[in-house]
Order: sequence, then structure tokens, then C-alpha cells
Amino acid sequence: MATQITNFSRTGLSDFVIQRVTAVILLLYTVVVVGFLLLGDVSYTSWRGLFDQTWMQIFTLLAVLSICAHAWIGMWTVGTDYIREHYFGSKADAVRFLYEVISIIALVVYLLWCVKILWGN
Amino acid sequence: MKNDHRPDNLDPSNILFGFAWPLAALASITHRISGVILLVAIGFGLYALDLSLSSEQGFESISGLINTPLGMFITWGCLAALAYHFVAGIKHLLLDFGYGESLAGAKRGAQITFTLATILILLAGFWVTQG
Repeated sequence: MATQITNFSRTGLSDFVIQRVTAVILLLYTVVVVGFLLLGDVSYTSWRGLFDQTWMQIFTLLAVLSICAHAWIGMWTVGTDYIREHYFGSKADAVRFLYEVISIIALVVYLLWCVKILWGN
Repeated sequence: MKNDHRPDNLDPSNILFGFAWPLAALASITHRISGVILLVAIGFGLYALDLSLSSEQGFESISGLINTPLGMFITWGCLAALAYHFVAGIKHLLLDFGYGESLAGAKRGAQITFTLATILILLAGFWVTQG
């Protein structure tokens, strides 16, 4: 019987591993982007040039895919810990479901938006 | 969606102050709060990325927006959430490898996390306003 239907990968163990792998990807991406903005000669030309490179486009898409998985797992964890009958009363399940759907839709919008920014403009 | 196997550890009549808040617990809840803030921050980040890559004029207009008082505040807020989540996330990964799991280690880990995050958040404020 399925008892978990809104968590990311359906099992806690693979959610655990995915959360950590995506965390490391996002850590590296943060270092690269913040490093460029801090140390690089930032102009439209250099910034555009960075994002015109294939490795940066793939790295950025990988980062946003990581955000999707990481934030889904994180938001699910927070929601199932706090938005519960024990604290929220009888409407807790409905409120949490709405919260989860809004979170997931936001992440899908981010993913599609990122694809458009990288390859659609 | 439904999960009936979780313990109820908090008193619903006093969720915030119904129990002690050791430093490690404050570090943990701040990690969660900064994560939720980051979900919104990603939206601002993508907006900035979109505008900055759209054209030379777009790049100039997002630079201008970030330099308004509201723009600085939003940018600094997003960077602050990122900085805390970044440091606390590294602490979490170190815990996964078995570092700092004792009671004293948890307290020290939380102290280091808050200290490093505070330094980064102050530096981010300096970067946003002076950089």
C-alpha cells in the first residue's frame, strides 16, 4: 500500500541521498557564480560570454534541476513536520496538499523559465 | 501526502516556547526557514538572470534595480538566506560523515555555523551596498 505520495522519490532513503548529492552540486554552482561576480571583470559582455558557453549552460540547468529535487524534498519535509492535524486541526491535510502543490508548481515554473533564459532568448 | 507514523513532540498550544531551544535546535530551524526563503529567492534570481542576459540594456536595468534601496534589501536578503543555508548545509554534510555528533560537538557546530554565517551576511551587506 502506498503511504507516501507527495514526497520526491517515494522512499526516504533515496530522498536522503538525492538531497545530499543535489546539495553538493548547488554548493559548487554557488561558488562558481559568486566567485565570478566577486573576482571577475563583470560586464554584459563577460556575463553573456559566461552563459554562452555550453558547460555553463549545462551546469546552470543541472543546478536548477538540483534545486527542483532539493527544494521539493525540503519543502515536503517542512510541510509534513508542521502542517499537521496536531497543530493545524482538521484542515491540515488539505492545507498541506495545497502547500505541496504550490511548491511543486513553482519549481516546475522555475525549471521551464531557466530553459527559456538559457536557450530561448 | 498522508503520513500517520510521525511522533507529536511539540505542544500545539505552545509550539514556539513549549520546550527548550538549544543552540543546535536554533541552527536547525534557521536552516529550514532559510531554505523556504530561498524558494522565493530563486524567483528573484531567475528574474535577474533573465534580464541580465536579455541585452546590454537589460543588464544595465537590472544593475540599476539592484542599486535602489529596495533592490539592495531584496538582494541582501536573498544572499543572507543563501549564506546561512550554505554554511548550515556544510555542517549537515559533516554530520553525515560523523563529525560533531556529540552533544558538545552539536553545540560547537551550531556556534561555528552562526559565526561563519554572520560574517558572510555582513560581507554580503557590504558587497551589495559598496560593491
